[in-house]
Amino acid sequence: MKLIYFAWLRTRIGLAQEQVEAPPDVRTVGELLGWLQIRGPGYALALADLSIVRVAVNQDYVGLDRILAPGDEVALFPPVTGG
Amino acid sequence: MIRVQAEIFDPGAELSGFTRACGRDTGGIASFTGLVRDSGDGPRLQAMTLEHYPGMTERQLAAVEAEAGRRWPLIATLIIHRHGRMLPGEPIVLVATAAAHRRAALEACEFLIDWLKTKAPFWKLEETEAGTEWVAAKASDDAAAERWAGDASDGKSADITE
Repeated sequence: MKLIYFAWLRTRIGLAQEQVEAPPDVRTVGELLGWLQIRGPGYALALADLSIVRVAVNQDYVGLDRILAPGDEVALFPPVTGG
Repeated sequence: MIRVQAEIFDPGAELSGFTRACGRDTGGIASFTGLVRDSGDGPRLQAMTLEHYPGMTERQLAAVEAEAGRRWPLIATLIIHRHGRMLPGEPIVLVATAAAHRRAALEACEFLIDWLKTKAPFWKLEETEAGTEWVAAKASDDAAAERWAGDASDGKSADITE
């Protein structure tokens, strides 16, 4: 699946986007975040406080229990500050 | 109508065009213009950069606009939101609503700006002489959006996030 990062999640992880193949036991958004947290120090820092991380799958907001599909576009970002 | 653009815009000219395009059944137009603001505390603001999520931004703005149309009898709406780098005093966002009567136009305008602030994927990065810093989301903005949560005229949940 395609992962996209915005704002300080992007700068802490050090990537704007990447293509990943998560292990088969990663089925939900929550499990994906758990797997990402142990991928490296940048990920651990970016995902240290999940209360300030928002997730969109295919450009719609989702919760941690959302089931993922292989072709999904998953975006991780902080609470929005537009307007 | 929704426009997401990097280019600066003239709120007065946009509002004039919007007003001209509205039909004879329009009795009132309400608008809100958001500007790049120097909060005054901390180092002087030099510029603001808005990052956004192309595609999702338009999608979320369209959902917010559609929700306003379900709640109020609107004749037309206009949302212009910029991204990229801008200077203090420049306009960031313009929301305008046209309706037969003032109440619908005023309430829908307030609803649109409150909801887009908490749903449209934009992030502000402030530049000062001390460096750059991401602006943190405000609880007061969440509270402003929450005010409208139980207010759907169709009685259904106002949650458009899924």
